[in-house]
Amino acid sequence: MSLEEKKQQIVEDFSVYDEWLDKYEYLIELGKSLEAFPEEKKTEERLIKGCQSRVWLDSEERDGRLYFTADSDAIITKGIISLLISVYSGSTKEEIAADDFGFVAEIGLKDNLSPTRANGLVSMIERIKEIAG
Amino acid sequence: MVEEIRKQFPALSAHVYGKPLVYLDNAATAMRPQSVVDTWSQSVLAGNANIHRAVHYLAGVATEAYEGARDCVQAFINASSREEIVFTSGATAAVNLVAFSFGEAFIGEGDEVIVSTAEHHSNIVPWQLLCERKKAVLKVLDIRENGTLAVEQLEKLLSQRTKIVAISNISNVLGLINPVREIAQICHAHGVPVLVDGAQGIVHEPVDVQALDCDFYVFSGHKLYAATGTGVLYGKRKWLDAMPPYMGGGEMIKSVSFAQTTFAPLPEKFEAGTQNFNGAPTLVPAIRFVQEARANVAVQAEQAAITEYVYTKLTEDERITLYGTSLEQKIPLFSFAVKGAHHEDLALIMDKMGVALRSGQMCAEPLMDRLGVTGLLRASFGPYNTLQEAEYFIKCLDKAINMLL
Repeated sequence: MSLEEKKQQIVEDFSVYDEWLDKYEYLIELGKSLEAFPEEKKTEERLIKGCQSRVWLDSEERDGRLYFTADSDAIITKGIISLLISVYSGSTKEEIAADDFGFVAEIGLKDNLSPTRANGLVSMIERIKEIAG
Repeated sequence: MVEEIRKQFPALSAHVYGKPLVYLDNAATAMRPQSVVDTWSQSVLAGNANIHRAVHYLAGVATEAYEGARDCVQAFINASSREEIVFTSGATAAVNLVAFSFGEAFIGEGDEVIVSTAEHHSNIVPWQLLCERKKAVLKVLDIRENGTLAVEQLEKLLSQRTKIVAISNISNVLGLINPVREIAQICHAHGVPVLVDGAQGIVHEPVDVQALDCDFYVFSGHKLYAATGTGVLYGKRKWLDAMPPYMGGGEMIKSVSFAQTTFAPLPEKFEAGTQNFNGAPTLVPAIRFVQEARANVAVQAEQAAITEYVYTKLTEDERITLYGTSLEQKIPLFSFAVKGAHHEDLALIMDKMGVALRSGQMCAEPLMDRLGVTGLLRASFGPYNTLQEAEYFIKCLDKAINMLL
């Protein structure tokens, strides 16, 4: 799936849920199914600032494409970072750098999060952009 | 009836995400009654002029409202004179004022300041800054396992070099009433003055500064139903007189020349610059509200019922760890952790159920470290909260935990 297709998929998945609690259920499931992140990788450098909960993001470049792994001690945040990395893993640096991350607004994630959580989301996006930059 | 009280607070009838708002973040800031809003807008609309100096009509109205609020606060906390009431922008500003001015006058290299491990950052950081500036030492009074202050250790901490002890009346995390009178007695026996951070205390406890015999007592208006940006520093006259001004500028001077500036008498000496003359008068209706709520038997009974109900529910539940577990000292403020569920997830889910809670470190990182947690979830109730809301909170908490575990 291309980056555009993946984003479209997420927007469609989210559109099924009218209620915010259902969206959270979905994010919780995403968070729970995220691949285990090794404890030794939970370092200060991988920690994303600006979140009330702790979020770690790691990346690897293979064949010109970026692959992300992540973890968080809060499950909804883990769901959010899981959603972000599932979209952007496998893209080239150029693709990510050129992306406007507009789909996040489209699924209503940013507006409906608490201010600290929204800051956290912004910090996560910034970190992904930084890695691609 | 609690319903009568609720009617005075228009903000409480709000709906969030289509659900009735259950506001349980009162320890962060309280809602304002209509009387406070009216006084505030009245001041802006019909009494807006800078206080003290001008001779025109409006300046007189504004000055009277501002100084009237000072008299009201003096009576409320039973200070011995109105000059001992200094208006600040809040409790934080008041602690900073004392840390700076008291520090300038009385603290030098090698001297010691004592705070408790359960203090809000606002009652830690100003003292740290002072200690850095003066090469003084900050010492910490610990808590016991149940969260109460280890007062028995205070004697040992006090030394010849101790210059001041700063302690909260009620911790904003543990929700326990500290024995500040006893603490003041111990400190005074060593000749050491005591500052009491009353940000939470003034809201939940009748405060008589002369009976407590504390040297300083500080609080914010916004947690006491008054306007934001209002606050009070009470200080015994002997200290305030001996302390240099904190900020220089208008209002606080007697006369200014490049050769020498002399300062205004108390309390203006500590009120530099244009004061919050629109906000300060709201302390009057706010204090009236507090006094009415305290005298209202039904409201007090409801508060006691909420405290007992929530305390019991949280301590009975094996998934939950409540911090601050001394029921006889407990106010309706509950900070707790849920095993296996992050405080932020819980707060986020419960927000969507209409319940406003606080999650995180609550401006008390040293206490979080002491308790061995990265953060907690806090529910803090006000006199307008009902037992029904408390029951809804417990129901939502159970639902949220089940979603996460």
